[in-house]
Amino acid sequence: MNSIFKIIELFKSFLLEVGELSYFAGRFFKEAFKSPSEFKEFLRQCFYMGNRSLLLVAVTGFIIGLVFTLQSRPTLQEFGAVSWMPSMVSISLIREIGPIITALICAGRIGSGIGAELGSMRVTEQIDAMEVSGTNPFKYLVVTRILATTFMLPILVFFGDTIAIFGSFLVENIKGNVSFLLYYNQVFDALEFGDLIPATIKTFFFGFAIGLVGCFKGYYCKKGTAGVGLAANSAVVFTSMLLFIIDFVAVFITDIFYDL
Amino acid sequence: MNTSTPNQKAIIEIKDLKKSYGDNHVLDGFNMVLNEGENLVIMGKSGSGKSVMIKCLIGLEEHDSGTVVIMGKDISELNREELDDLRTEVGFLFQGSALYDSMTVRENLEFPLRRHKKKFGKITDTTPLVMEALENVGLAHTINLMPEELSGGMKRRIALARTLILQPKIILYDEPTTGLDPITAKEILLLMMSIQKKYNTSAIIITHDVDCARMISNRMILLVDGINYIEGTFEELSLSTDPKVQAFFK
Repeated sequence: MNSIFKIIELFKSFLLEVGELSYFAGRFFKEAFKSPSEFKEFLRQCFYMGNRSLLLVAVTGFIIGLVFTLQSRPTLQEFGAVSWMPSMVSISLIREIGPIITALICAGRIGSGIGAELGSMRVTEQIDAMEVSGTNPFKYLVVTRILATTFMLPILVFFGDTIAIFGSFLVENIKGNVSFLLYYNQVFDALEFGDLIPATIKTFFFGFAIGLVGCFKGYYCKKGTAGVGLAANSAVVFTSMLLFIIDFVAVFITDIFYDL
Repeated sequence: MNTSTPNQKAIIEIKDLKKSYGDNHVLDGFNMVLNEGENLVIMGKSGSGKSVMIKCLIGLEEHDSGTVVIMGKDISELNREELDDLRTEVGFLFQGSALYDSMTVRENLEFPLRRHKKKFGKITDTTPLVMEALENVGLAHTINLMPEELSGGMKRRIALARTLILQPKIILYDEPTTGLDPITAKEILLLMMSIQKKYNTSAIIITHDVDCARMISNRMILLVDGINYIEGTFEELSLSTDPKVQAFFK
C-alpha cells in the first residue's frame, strides 16, 4: 500500500514539474518579444555555447563516423552491399544519429552548465541583485540562453554530421580505397530534402529543450549549494528524457508527412 | 553612535505586513516608518523574518497582505516598469555581496546603469561614474579585477559602490557586517556613515550585531514573532528590563 502511495506521489510531483516547466516556457515566449532585446548578451551566449561544445562535438562526431562505418562494413560486405555504405551512413547520420547524439552531448555540456551557473547565481543572490538594479533577470539570463541554444544546436549538428561523414570516408578510403569524390557523390546522391528538413527542424526543438530545462532547473534552484549540483544533474537527466520524447514525436510527424 | 538628526518626513511606510510560508507566519502584522535621513536598525534573531521583510519591501518577495509605501508609492500597485524606476531610488546591499562573478568590478558597476537612461540620460562614458563610486569606497585600483580576486571586505565595499552608482535616496543593508572580522566590519560601518553624510541617504539596516546597531542607528526596532516588538533609540532599548529585549544586549 505504501509503495502505491509513493508511486502516486512521484507521479504527482512529475506532473507538477511538467506544469511548472510549461509555465516557464510560456513566460519565455511572453518575454522574448518584449524590449529590450539583450542582443549583445544573446551573441555572447551563442559564442560561448558554440565555442565550448565545438571540440567535443567534433571529436564525438569523428569517432561515431569511424565506428559506425567499421561496425557496419562486415555485414554489408557479407551481402555484397559495401557500395551502399555512403548512402547508409549519410542518411542515418543526418536523419537520426547526428542530431540525437549531438543534442545529448550538448545536454551534458551546455544544459548542465546553464543549470549550475544560474543555480549558483540564485543561491548567491546574484539574480536578486539584478532584479533590484532594475534589470529583468528572466530576460537577461533565461531568454538569451534559450535562444542561444535553439540557434546554436542546428549549427553544431551540421558541424558534427560533416565531421562524422568525413570519419566514415576515412575508413572507406583506407579499407575500400574509395576516393573522396566518389564517396561524397554517393553521400549527396542519397540525401533528399525530405531527409534534411525534418532533421534540421527537430534540432531547433532539441536546442530549445536543452536551454529551457537547464534554465528552469537553475533559475528555481533551492537548498543552497547542494541544490546547485542537483540543478545541474537534474537538468541533464530531464533534458535527455525530453530529447527522446521530442525525437519520437518528430519521427512520428515526419512519418505521417511521408505517407501523405 | 550616530548623532545625525533625521527629518520627520516618512520616506518608507509599512503597515500591517503579513507573509507566510505554508503554516509558518514569518511576518504577522509588521509596521514600520523610515524617516528621511534616518538610519533605522532592525534587529531580530536568525529566522525572525528580517530578511523576508526587507525583500518584501523591495518587491523581491510578494507579501500576503498589508501595504508598503516607498516615497509615496504603494509598491503593490506598480507595474514592472514603474517598480524598476522606483528601484533606482532604493539601493540594496546583500548579505553575501552578490557580485556578478562572471564580470569584472567595472562591469559589475556598469551593469545597473544600463537600464536607467530615464534617470541619467544616455551615458556615453561610464568611467567617471564608476570611478566616483569606487573612490567613495576606496577601491579605485580594483576596477579591472574579478570578484574572485577580492577579499570578503573588499567584495562588500564593491557591492556598496554598485549600490551607490544609481545614487539612491534609500539604502537597504542586509547584515552588512556579517562574516567580516571586527576591524573590517568597523571600516564598513564608517563607510556607511560617511556615505549617509555625503549623499544624505536614509537607510534600513538589518543586523544582529549590537556594535553595528550602537554605531549607526538613529532608531531601532526589535522584530520578534513577526511583529515590531519594541521601538526606540539604542540607549532606550539597551536599558529596557524586558527579558526578550535584554537577550539582544547581553
